[in-house]
Amino acid sequence: MTSSPASDKPVGVIGAGNFGTVIANILAINRKVILYARDEQMVAAMHLKRESRGHALHPQVEPTNDLALMAAQCDVIFPMVPSLHFRAMMKQLSPHLHPYHILIHGTKGFDITLPKGQTIEGIAKLTREHVKTMSEVIQEESVVVRVGCLAGPNLSKELAQRQPGATVVASHFNEVRQLGKKLLRNDRFQVYENNDIVGVEIAGVLKNIIAIASGALSGLGYGENAKGLLISRGAVEMVYLGRALGGDLKAFLGVAGIGDLVTTCNSPMSRNFTVGYRLAKGEKLVDILADMSEIAEGINTVRIAKKCADHYKVRALITDRLYKVLFEGMTVEEALDFLMRYPLNVDIDFL
Amino acid sequence: MEILEEKKNKNKKYKPILDGIPDWPVYRLSKNRKEFVEEVAKKSVERIKQLRPNAKQLISDLEATAYREQNRIKRNRWRVDPKDDSKFWAGVKNELVELSSKNTEEISTGADAILEKIVLRYANEIAGNFKPNSYRVTRELIKFWFQRLLNGARVKKFGAFFRNQYTLRDKIQIVGKVKMLRKLAKEGTVVMVPTHFSNLDSILIGWVIHSCGLPAFIYGAGLNLFNIKIFAYFMNSLGAYKVDRRKKNLPYLETLKMYSNLAIQKGAHSLFFPGGTRSRSGLIEKQLKLGLLSTAIEAQRNLYLENPEGPVRKIFIVPVTLNYNFVLEAPDLIEDYLHVKGQDKYFPEQDKYGSMQLIRFLFKFFTKGSNISVSIGTALDVLGNYIDEDGNSIDNQGRIIDTKDYFISNDNVTTDKQREDEYTRMLSQRIVKEYHRINRVFASHLAAFVAFEMWQKKFPMLDLFSLLRLPEEELELEYTEFRATFKRVRKKIYELKAEEKVRHATHLKGKADEVIKLGVENVGIFHLNRPLLFNKKGNIITRDLTVLYYYHNRLVGYDLESCI
Repeated sequence: MTSSPASDKPVGVIGAGNFGTVIANILAINRKVILYARDEQMVAAMHLKRESRGHALHPQVEPTNDLALMAAQCDVIFPMVPSLHFRAMMKQLSPHLHPYHILIHGTKGFDITLPKGQTIEGIAKLTREHVKTMSEVIQEESVVVRVGCLAGPNLSKELAQRQPGATVVASHFNEVRQLGKKLLRNDRFQVYENNDIVGVEIAGVLKNIIAIASGALSGLGYGENAKGLLISRGAVEMVYLGRALGGDLKAFLGVAGIGDLVTTCNSPMSRNFTVGYRLAKGEKLVDILADMSEIAEGINTVRIAKKCADHYKVRALITDRLYKVLFEGMTVEEALDFLMRYPLNVDIDFL
Repeated sequence: MEILEEKKNKNKKYKPILDGIPDWPVYRLSKNRKEFVEEVAKKSVERIKQLRPNAKQLISDLEATAYREQNRIKRNRWRVDPKDDSKFWAGVKNELVELSSKNTEEISTGADAILEKIVLRYANEIAGNFKPNSYRVTRELIKFWFQRLLNGARVKKFGAFFRNQYTLRDKIQIVGKVKMLRKLAKEGTVVMVPTHFSNLDSILIGWVIHSCGLPAFIYGAGLNLFNIKIFAYFMNSLGAYKVDRRKKNLPYLETLKMYSNLAIQKGAHSLFFPGGTRSRSGLIEKQLKLGLLSTAIEAQRNLYLENPEGPVRKIFIVPVTLNYNFVLEAPDLIEDYLHVKGQDKYFPEQDKYGSMQLIRFLFKFFTKGSNISVSIGTALDVLGNYIDEDGNSIDNQGRIIDTKDYFISNDNVTTDKQREDEYTRMLSQRIVKEYHRINRVFASHLAAFVAFEMWQKKFPMLDLFSLLRLPEEELELEYTEFRATFKRVRKKIYELKAEEKVRHATHLKGKADEVIKLGVENVGIFHLNRPLLFNKKGNIITRDLTVLYYYHNRLVGYDLESCI
């Protein structure tokens, strides 16, 4: 059925960022890995020092700068590049792909395609025609149909230290799920299956919104009760939004939903959390962004989710207030005040 | 009545692509009918035993089958059912009872024997019976009488009955990728998947296939159609195999799928209505039945599996939409639909239209102006990729794809049922999308859509059921207002056409007043209570809002509601 364990074809990883490098190292425990990076000098450096982003490279990892070569040698490829560059990367990769390729991505973000000259705020309505998940981008840009995604509470730093952790491999294809499991699983890394790939992808993206809110609560100096409130109501909001965007409830209750949400809301090191924290301390968004080296995915996600919620008529209070704080000058206290006074108090109404 | 003529050049005549009937795949299949049926039975048994590996599971399925079949005989008997039905199933039941007292070894062989018996019976029931002579006679008969009727009705002169000024081709327009279809039918195996609105579709599509110069296709036709004698005659001669929707048991379904699968593998061009039954609501099919569709994918994979090196006959999926101004069964179909939607109850499938009603309808059809158009879509491979003129699969970027690669895992073609289930789902979504793209908008569809939506908007507080209960006398649309809305929606359809999201008949582009007149006069033209009419003041009224709703549904799914 699926590939035999004896198969010795290497596995490809695209993107030598933090997460890409760590996943390459995990894969290298079971197979030979070809790790692609866009930057030639970076590849040269990886060859020389045998390390990337501070992680030592596993001996079975071979860095390369040649996409065609990777696609020719690997049937299974793991794209791990930021959502902003994902489509461009797929356009480059696409000519080298065939329907026998299997792609399992690990990118948490939306792809936005707008008509020329339009902005997220300016456009009359933002629908699923404009907002795509990475698996959808893969299918739009290439002939690959056997697509999967990785999502879950996977902080690169902890994975690199071989702390216990888990991930979800989601795909419509059993073949892809089994393969993902076989390639990634080891004694410190548990792999779960899910067949609702879009739901898992959306859960992974939306949790970034709640992470900003979590940082904000922390910045205001509130403790664990407030955080419990936020995480549970945040999960409900993710379910509403996720369903409107085409995900299934189950994905949000699993490792990629609740699991990832709890982790992100508790990790002060994350960029999303930091944005929220500093906002609560009274800083302006422009100033915060000015001294961050990389963009926090959550900020864009708030813009997209807010606009989609308007179109699909979804009640998304936290997203809505956060949008006002980020872009319309509302203070975090005012936003919190609104949420605490909001009259609707049904706990769970989607089961 | 005045008819805005379609472009003439669309209706040219096509030469047959294969010279003699003996070359036709369907003929070869029926000549070796006995061997073919046995092969179907043998492979179906193998498949069922794979699905039910141990005797206990198999017996429980056989018991369920026997029980349901006996129930069917008691409750829902049809004229076409074999005479010995009750005897056969009583026999099966007895054998199953006797089995229970035997030892394990005997039980296993006994169960296999019963399975083989049932499957062979089913395979024989399903198999078509294509007879060249009967096919020829039917074809000429249809052509002759249709032509006579047409000329007699249209040309109002003495002796017109025997003239050939009009042919069926003026009445039924075939548009779209006919040339491509003809070419691909020579290079590979065509699986045609039309939309299904009326019982007449089967005959119409038979004529279309002949008229495009293609050899006869094998059909999956609902067994209920064979209850009507006139249909039974047509169908049998056109190469139809029988699909009995009352039988939902595992042995039957697997045999049916195997029949289609093997016929496709043997290169027989096939046709089935993937929507399953006629669209009850008048909506273009949104959900397709995956069973028969999956056989196309399976057949293609098997061809690759059996010829790892050599060239493989490719299977082409061709979506087709049939566009009518009038659907004979509309009032009953929509009743059924509302009944089910309203209270979610089971309704038995029954056909109220016997041979007489059909003949009367055909007569009306040919004597009054109401055209039909058949829209042939671009061929797809079994994964839903477009096919180019040379039969290659093409991706979004225009690069050539090898369809075989979809079935490859670790460098080899493999069988993976779950993967193919997923492919079937993807293919069905693709076909639905193509249906919407090649759907041809008539003035009558647009008039029905605009009128119904306007009434809906006038009563925003009413749900569908309350709206349909309003007395028809209270409903009247000011002509000027209707005209403005009609033009607005028509403009939107032009835009959609420019984006290749829909097609429309040439007559839609005429002067608004004329197009509206044409539309109003043609929508559901032969119903006793007309869905749309002009009153004395020149305003739009209805005599049957429910049927209007049915015709309106044809244009649901294009987001046109926002223009109302």
